[in-house]
Amino acid sequence: MKSLALFIILFILWLLMSGHYTFLITSLGIASCLLCVFLAKRANLIDDEGLPVSFFPRIISYLLWLFKEIIISNYSTAKTIINGKIDPEIFTIKSSQKSEVGKVTYANSITLTPGTVATQIKDDIFEVHALNSDFGDDVRNGEMDKKVLWLEGKK
Amino acid sequence: MFLAALIACAFSSILILIRAILGKTTFDRVLALNSLGTIIVIGIALHGFYMDRPEFIDIAIVYALINFIGTIAVLKLFSSGSLGSFKK
Amino acid sequence: MDLIKDIITGICFFIGSLSIIIGACGLIKFPDVFSRVHAAGMIDTGGTAFFLLGMIIQTGWSLITVKLLLVGVFIFFTSPVSSHVIVNLARQKKIIPFGRKIGKLL
Repeated sequence: MKSLALFIILFILWLLMSGHYTFLITSLGIASCLLCVFLAKRANLIDDEGLPVSFFPRIISYLLWLFKEIIISNYSTAKTIINGKIDPEIFTIKSSQKSEVGKVTYANSITLTPGTVATQIKDDIFEVHALNSDFGDDVRNGEMDKKVLWLEGKK
Repeated sequence: MFLAALIACAFSSILILIRAILGKTTFDRVLALNSLGTIIVIGIALHGFYMDRPEFIDIAIVYALINFIGTIAVLKLFSSGSLGSFKK
Repeated sequence: MDLIKDIITGICFFIGSLSIIIGACGLIKFPDVFSRVHAAGMIDTGGTAFFLLGMIIQTGWSLITVKLLLVGVFIFFTSPVSSHVIVNLARQKKIIPFGRKIGKLL
């Protein structure tokens, strides 16, 4: 089942990248996608981490929310750079995700919004460096944690 | 319009190169080179549009991936002294 | 129609240029590597997003649009990973952060 999903994703990517649609070249593309799926299956790469299917239904709305956050914190970071007044702080937070993919998504979302960077991760404790205490409060109030938990989507 | 954006890219890449030359530690230099790579990706795409040849996007995709792999490889070499070992 | 497209693209390019120039200034201005990562993150997210948005609006709907979106996806997936690796190594090599509130190593 997951092999089929991987094959469809790979083939859509191939169709978009190539741009030639004659019979010979398309069949060669199908053959190369099948080879890739076979190699991935042989190397045991097709599991819940390699292809997190439970993320797919809600990922569009999560990405839109993340873009809104990124634009807002870009504006605040630009103001901080122009002001020149920084007061960096390092603090630890606790993440409530169960799976590894959820933790990686949470840490990447923290790092992707400018102003906060995840510096170290051990089990479910994250250490975060924030440029200012306002940016730190945005992470500490736990809104992003709840959003990623909702994205993860399993009990 | 595309020319103005290219000039902005060139100006900020000069500023980033100043940081890469001045930088105290290795991490400053690697960070500056990573940002320079991102700006070069944007610059390749913009240049393709400016010359009316948007096929340059393919090169931009490859450059984005190579930039990431290069950063990780330099950091791994710096941290452990080798790029991996033959025996397990 | 073409005029409206050009105006929206110009606004996007203006915001993107402002974002990358401010980010580069921050990269020079800030005191240590932990603060500079935030300025580099501004270049990676704000600058790239607005430049790609402007180019997508300019080309309309074709195969080039999808490739521009792919560039955005790759940069948005790889940039936080490399920032995290840089900061994590700097923390393990015991570089002292600027500021008062310094945490302990995990």
